[in-house]
Amino acid sequence: MGTLFKEDEVAKIALEKTAWQKHFQQKLPAGPSGKRDVTTVSGRKIQELYAPPDIESFDYRAKLGFPGQYPYTRGVQASMYRGRLWTMRMFAGLGSAKETNKRFHYLVDHGQTGLSTAFDMPTLMGYDTEDPRSQGEGGRCGVAIDTLKDMEILFDGLPVDQLTTSMTINPPAPVLWAMYIAMAEKRGVPRAKLGGTLQNDMLKEFIAQKTFMCPPEPSMRLIVDTIEFGTREVPGWNTISISGYHIREAGSTAVQELAFTLADGIAYVEAALERGLDVDAFAPRLSFFFNAHIDFFEEIAKYRAARRMWAEIMKKRFGATSERSLWLRFHTQTAGCSLAAAQPFNNVVRTAVEALAAVLGGTQSLHTNSFDEVLAIPTEEAATIALRTQQILAQETGVVNTIDPLGGSYFVETLTNEMEQAAHAYINKIDDMGGMLKAIERNYPQMEIADAAYQFQRELDENKRIMVGVNKYVEEDDIPVDIYHVDEALEERQIARTNEVKNSRDQRRAQESLERLAEACSGNENVMPSLIEAASAYCTLQEMCDVFRKAFGLYRDPGTF
Amino acid sequence: METSFLRGDSCLGQGARIKARGIRLAALSPMPCAVSLSDLMTHKIRILVAKPGLDGHDRGARIVARAFRDAGFEVIYGGLHQSPEQIVSAAIQEDVDLIGLSSLAGAHLYLFDKVIERLKAQGAEDIMVVGGGIICKKDAEKLKAIGVKEIFPPGTPLKDIVGWVEKNVKPR
Repeated sequence: MGTLFKEDEVAKIALEKTAWQKHFQQKLPAGPSGKRDVTTVSGRKIQELYAPPDIESFDYRAKLGFPGQYPYTRGVQASMYRGRLWTMRMFAGLGSAKETNKRFHYLVDHGQTGLSTAFDMPTLMGYDTEDPRSQGEGGRCGVAIDTLKDMEILFDGLPVDQLTTSMTINPPAPVLWAMYIAMAEKRGVPRAKLGGTLQNDMLKEFIAQKTFMCPPEPSMRLIVDTIEFGTREVPGWNTISISGYHIREAGSTAVQELAFTLADGIAYVEAALERGLDVDAFAPRLSFFFNAHIDFFEEIAKYRAARRMWAEIMKKRFGATSERSLWLRFHTQTAGCSLAAAQPFNNVVRTAVEALAAVLGGTQSLHTNSFDEVLAIPTEEAATIALRTQQILAQETGVVNTIDPLGGSYFVETLTNEMEQAAHAYINKIDDMGGMLKAIERNYPQMEIADAAYQFQRELDENKRIMVGVNKYVEEDDIPVDIYHVDEALEERQIARTNEVKNSRDQRRAQESLERLAEACSGNENVMPSLIEAASAYCTLQEMCDVFRKAFGLYRDPGTF
Repeated sequence: METSFLRGDSCLGQGARIKARGIRLAALSPMPCAVSLSDLMTHKIRILVAKPGLDGHDRGARIVARAFRDAGFEVIYGGLHQSPEQIVSAAIQEDVDLIGLSSLAGAHLYLFDKVIERLKAQGAEDIMVVGGGIICKKDAEKLKAIGVKEIFPPGTPLKDIVGWVEKNVKPR
């Protein structure tokens, strides 16, 4: 029995609650208007009321503690938003580096406090715009980056020594990072001064986002190379953003998102330890990335459970002793998959509620989706509303006035405990399989997600789950919205620019740098130094990635459904 | 589980138009494949669900593939990162009645057009093509004008897609 409540008082309240529940049942309307089996959007059962008996054995010190203290449930930093607001970091990328640079400036001018880069499909997959596979895809869902020249244009006029940059890039992450470092150093900003984040999380690619290049094992090697290099030379950089966002977008439940993300984290820590790195040297720069879905309280509970779980994993499982090794710091993005194409202005509301959950959950960094996200790349106007949403939350609503305002809520604490328990069950199962890499080989997380996604869709189709404008309050004629249209000549211009770069570079330097890179790949040498040299020599993204492909082989989609 | 996976250059050989009705290839599926007598005797609608290009967002495609399977169609899921050529090659070799294309990364106008073009070039334009994904109304009109039979935008109920197939697709 916990120390927070008086045992006999709680016992009395428990009896009173049972009596109240009978009363509640009587008052509940008969038929479907009385809500009986209520679940979250993830299918978690929710009671009609929570009261002290639900958290009767609650140990404040062990389960919550104070912000900045183990187990960090209430927040990783001691002062949280009273000291510094979350970073307002809007994911952006469209067309050419020049166009995206313009959008970066626009967002910074309108008050965002960190940069976040969205790349196009060819770049995400490690192909140049000119490759036949890239045709029709250049600049469509993000910015096209072929060489260092594009990177230079992309960050033109932006103070990379003062602003941190996040790059959503996975198989080619080391290459883009090399380009970024080369770009900064050309400007006189040493790598030791750089701050930012690389997504660089291949495990969730195999599970959910599916930008593939090389198989899991060499992918892990490259990731550990970046972690190691960051620890040595770029200490301000989060070399990995261990992500649940995409797992959720692929259709997982909130518990699966939490569990698979932390299980991925465990796999990365193990890989880095296997390399011989000291846990306290690299763990402080592991970062995380979660989804903010529409079921408000479930999300808040998820973040709180995540912090508590990771702190315990790092302390007890991996024996980390440095405080910062125990901090689960995370970026959040509101859920793209929760938005509707119909009646798109409703998405402003969805995004606002989801952003609020992320803030009440103590996120370090936040991207809010634009209302036209389901239709196209966001327009400036739509992106502005999304950014203003964060600013209004921060400046007007008072939710930042106190740390972890929902702490102590009978409901939220119960939900946090339940999420933790359920996620642990998944992690144990994955451990029994031999870890996340083995689990992925067995197609386990992939099929769990596919099952959850199908289940959710069936519920939607059977009207068991409601989406306003989609299966209820449907309108025949929709309000037309202006959406972004890609310039059709973009690919041609990009290819011409890249060819110019290739023609005017020092060919010998470029060729030699690729040979050096191949040597590094074939041995145990960290690939980052030779990548930075190759990037500086204006090798293209694909030239560098082709070295990886040749050295490590290709991964193919198993094609199960 | 009737899953069937084909890569573009299938083991049945390129260019050969084989009546593969009732025969399933279990390339990577751990489940043994079986030909049932009833499958050989009834002509089920055969559908290839495919993701053309580099886009890896496969949540919708896999859900639709399951819905088709649950509705009693024969489903071949082509997997990710297939070129239009690979898709058409697979469609012909598997002798499908319908190709369902999924695109969420903005390259649908180019890619779906390439599939339609390729089907014509291979003399297989009797194979119908439908699509889904992040496709705005304007683009949906453009695609229908070039021969895509229907576009199912975000939010389309599965029963509507299945219903459309039942109504409009006859086994060839």
